[in-house]
Amino acid sequence: MDVKLKIWRQKGPDAEGRFVNYEVKDVSPDASFLEMLDILNVDLVKKGEDPVAFDHDCREGICGSCGMVVDGRPHGPNRGIATCELRMRLFEDGAEIVAEPWRAKPFPIIKDLVVDRTALDRIMQAGGYISAKTNAIPEANSIPVPKPASDEAMDAAACIGCGACVAACPNSSAMLFVAAKVSHLALLPQGKIERKERVMKMIEQMDKEGFGNCSNNYACESECPKKISVTHIARLNREFLRAEVS
Amino acid sequence: MKLDSKIPAGPIEKKWDNHRFALKLVNPANKRKYSVIVVGTGLAGASAAASLGELGYNVLAFSYHESPRRAHSIAAQGGINAPKNYSNDGDSVWRLFYDTVKGGDYRAREANVYRLAQVSGNIIDQCVAQGVPFARDYAGYLDNRSFGGAQVSRTFYARGQTGQQLLLGAYSALSRQLRAGAVKFFPRREMLDLVLVNGQARGIVCRNLVTGKIESYAANAVVLATGGYANVFYLSTMAKASNATAVWRVYKRGAAFGNPCFTQIHPTCIPQGGSYQSKLTLMSESLRNDGRIWVPKKKGDTRRPDQIPEDERDYYLERLYPSFGNLAPRDVASRRAKEMCDKGLGVGSTGLAVYLDFADAIKRLGKHVIEERYGNLFDMYHEITAENPYQVPMRIYPAVHYTMGGLWVDYNLMSTIPGLFVLGEANFSDHGANRLGASALMQGLADGYFIIPYTIGDYLATAPFKPVKTDDVSFKEVVGGIEGMVKKFMSINGKKTVEEFHRELGKIMWDNVGMGRNKAGLLRALKEIPALREEFWKNVKVVGQADDLNAELERAGRVADFLELGELMATDALHREESCGGHFREEHQTDDGEAKRNDKKFSYVAAWEYAGPGKSPILNKEPLEFEYVKPSQRSYK
Repeated sequence: MDVKLKIWRQKGPDAEGRFVNYEVKDVSPDASFLEMLDILNVDLVKKGEDPVAFDHDCREGICGSCGMVVDGRPHGPNRGIATCELRMRLFEDGAEIVAEPWRAKPFPIIKDLVVDRTALDRIMQAGGYISAKTNAIPEANSIPVPKPASDEAMDAAACIGCGACVAACPNSSAMLFVAAKVSHLALLPQGKIERKERVMKMIEQMDKEGFGNCSNNYACESECPKKISVTHIARLNREFLRAEVS
Repeated sequence: MKLDSKIPAGPIEKKWDNHRFALKLVNPANKRKYSVIVVGTGLAGASAAASLGELGYNVLAFSYHESPRRAHSIAAQGGINAPKNYSNDGDSVWRLFYDTVKGGDYRAREANVYRLAQVSGNIIDQCVAQGVPFARDYAGYLDNRSFGGAQVSRTFYARGQTGQQLLLGAYSALSRQLRAGAVKFFPRREMLDLVLVNGQARGIVCRNLVTGKIESYAANAVVLATGGYANVFYLSTMAKASNATAVWRVYKRGAAFGNPCFTQIHPTCIPQGGSYQSKLTLMSESLRNDGRIWVPKKKGDTRRPDQIPEDERDYYLERLYPSFGNLAPRDVASRRAKEMCDKGLGVGSTGLAVYLDFADAIKRLGKHVIEERYGNLFDMYHEITAENPYQVPMRIYPAVHYTMGGLWVDYNLMSTIPGLFVLGEANFSDHGANRLGASALMQGLADGYFIIPYTIGDYLATAPFKPVKTDDVSFKEVVGGIEGMVKKFMSINGKKTVEEFHRELGKIMWDNVGMGRNKAGLLRALKEIPALREEFWKNVKVVGQADDLNAELERAGRVADFLELGELMATDALHREESCGGHFREEHQTDDGEAKRNDKKFSYVAAWEYAGPGKSPILNKEPLEFEYVKPSQRSYK
């Protein structure tokens, strides 16, 4: 199949960006979207042009490196997948496809489709952990965890930190990302001790980084490659309120 | 080169305890005066950096990723072993030790393996305390499953995302230390060389992948946790950026490379689709717990799988290995799949695949149970192949997925360069010639949480240190070399892309140094690799700028190193005139096609020493002695 591409090119954080048109011919419908970009890049290199920069690594939807807005939607038109899992068979032969970076103030563009998401790491550093020192720990089975709580914690912990929720949100809110971690740890007995400090510090850092607030748009849930539910945002709000009044 | 493995004396179950007591300690008040560089922040690197930071050392952690959470440990699916015996099925430290030595086909060090088995229980405790949401039963206790090559249920898992959850646990511990200021993290930096002062590892030189700047960092010790080198095959289950540059460049600075030919081919991967393919996707071998592997009995049978009646199917693993069946170890399962396809019994459009069928399991357990166990894997398969594995059998084929070989280390995890420690997949490690399932996560975290924190202290407490600064001549020389290399890449301006060279190398490696190896093929590889390397340095085309984010330039350096490492792998494979584990020399097999070891001649670790450009590497041998697990022909019948 053949596709026409409109890709955002930007030399650096302060440079002006623009869409550039490309064509890629004879792509297998079974190829992934990133493999299609590989083909484009080999063409560009052969012509002596700078290839399109994009983050990617595991190419199996788990490392969270890749991420671009494809045809107006983070990670493209399919639900529950990362960009690397997007297959060309989802597009029509001859389709025009637009690819642009995550657009959010806390994610400055580094080059082309590569953005700086270290703001998410700083939120985690603010409190996204249980302070269990190496070896200062009880035997694993000494604290049973009810299966439903453990399962729900796992649902939240599946977050890959890609930032699609932020890119999808009209307010560039990172609430789903923060909620996933707060919820994961608050559901477990091991995480309850620090729950108050954790939620306060993570929210504080989230605000400091310039992420917006949640206005119940739910676009984050629709675009999340791991289908993390907005009910975790409800739990985040509850945890926050609980921490404030206690 | 003298190899001193520093295995402590005494009975095996006392070695680690005695050794820990014998290790010198660094006074708590003095720890902050020592700085340690940790390169790589996957399971081994992140757990080491966090634990060393907690102890009070001044830690500098480096990754070519933007965040530690992106390391490829994250993609491990199946699980992590520990002999907790929660399943009450007779497991013990001794049994895990025994299984690992045997599974590694008697090419690992007994003392190391025993220690690994010993500390593996602590890892589970540690991870649970960090909030890793392992699978649990309805009483709230931890659940276990059996996993490829083991007859007890000792594998802990978090759905099909165990690696992700363990890495996020280590990442959270690291995040806490970053917040505390005990660790400083340098993202998007690729280590390109090691700096030696008075023969000790005292720093690294790396490239800032955003600005292109060549940067120097000094420390008292350097810890490498940079993963394996399976991408030498181009197509593997590794992440795209995964590379051998750090280990290869320290090899050229004097660190011995252990057993480079020991690579693991994983039996359950999604088969290759076409020439566009950029990587292969693994599916956890936990699938083999419930899936049955088969091929049609008739050659070239093009019927749909559901049209092929039971008696015309060959469930070959169940037939050949009645007691292990579909759970036969990885090397055995992979080789048998290749054999079936070589005989023309393979399925799918390429004939390079076998079926992994869940029809019986769905009938027996119900679709919902299969969904709960493997839902995400089934979804992934569906997404990639557009086939629904609940309805039609999966097609699978082996792919390169782990490298048991790596930098040689002693019992303290120190390489042959004083002050250079190597953890996780990057070292030649505890898996011998074949790694059992769910053992990689165990080893990475054992090294990082429970071994390096003790052994590095002994080195820091006893080694002489002269003050070192990054503007010393020793650093400047190394920086000069790296800058020269970058300039060279940018100026060749040839006709072939880095990608094309990498694919060509991958094909040479897969055809000749892959699942089955023979003398003629290895000699061919030893001719073709140097020729390709020569062409690379004349004809590679690297576009863009050196002082910019430039993925082509990054790849050029990595492929240049693979083009050298591939040759060492072939050299090692050629010299090892036996079959063991993942190293199958076709000349050496039993009458029924199993690997035939030669313990008399090859019961040793091959530790290769760099001899200079254009010179043949020097073979050093560390003899392996088996006091507790007596080598026997591995049998899974």
